[in-house]
Amino acid sequence: MSAYVIEIRVTPRRGLLDPQGKAIQHALDSLGFAGVGEVRAGKLLVIELEADSADEAAARATRMCEKLLANPVTEDFVIEVGRAAAQPEAAT
Amino acid sequence: MRAVVVTFPGSNCDYDCLQVLRKVMGVDTRFIWHREHELGDPDLVVLPGGFSYGDYLRAGAIARFSPIVEAVKRYAGRGGIVLGICNGFQILCEAGLLPGALRRNDSLKFRSHDVHVRVETTDTAFTRAYRPGQVLRIPIAHAEGNYIADPGTLERLEAERRVVFRYTTRAGARGEGGNPNGSANDIAGIVNPAGNVLGLMPHPERAAEGVLGSTDGLGMFESLVAHFARERVA
Repeated sequence: MSAYVIEIRVTPRRGLLDPQGKAIQHALDSLGFAGVGEVRAGKLLVIELEADSADEAAARATRMCEKLLANPVTEDFVIEVGRAAAQPEAAT
Repeated sequence: MRAVVVTFPGSNCDYDCLQVLRKVMGVDTRFIWHREHELGDPDLVVLPGGFSYGDYLRAGAIARFSPIVEAVKRYAGRGGIVLGICNGFQILCEAGLLPGALRRNDSLKFRSHDVHVRVETTDTAFTRAYRPGQVLRIPIAHAEGNYIADPGTLERLEAERRVVFRYTTRAGARGEGGNPNGSANDIAGIVNPAGNVLGLMPHPERAAEGVLGSTDGLGMFESLVAHFARERVA
């Protein structure tokens, strides 16, 4: 078993109006930031997970998203699997 | 007739529902805690409004894993009558008992005021006491009431006349600012295909006594009581 850190980005589904993203886009515009296109606001979940392999960790994270973390009607998700940083005592 | 009102951590309209059912309608009503696994054998289950589990992640997303929601699913599967109000509607959608989802209001604001909704079908256990097309003045109080479903689902809801309540103007017209949250097709409430599970964002229980400023929500509870009175005779 290895320790992984899964980062899951959940964003409003493409093509759906995202009022929060729109409001942020307008705010950036009015602050003078040029060239700002569509903004979408979502959430980032960071999950520590013990798994046998990165593939298994990704598969489990996908099931988590399908079951709880993202609503398939309104949200898309992207999963990134990374190795957890070594514990300090393991490093010495 | 016997009713149960499910209380989740963060429910805040449970007493309002108890008040209208027990005190106004005289229905034998009790609370049931979300950790329970059995509903007993009620005629009506109400999922009340509030902020179950703080609305963490998404409104209703965590509540739907409460043990009692499994019991509600079994009960609904047997044809039991379920009413989800506001957060209860959100939970029913997250639990898959109703299609679609409720997103952040298009205004991004928590909207807490009276709205007008038109009764689109009176052919349900929840709405028989109303006249078709009757316009009700009922309060809303939500930040996530913006109903959305994929185009196929919306078409089916319309074709099967499962949109029970629609936001309108006071005169019952669509558009012209009647929709408080951006809901697709001005949808305020829907039923499942069997007609025994209804979810709506407005709060009929907060418009059920004169002292509350409107009694337009009372018809829903009168409809349910009449429904069970009829069943007993049949």
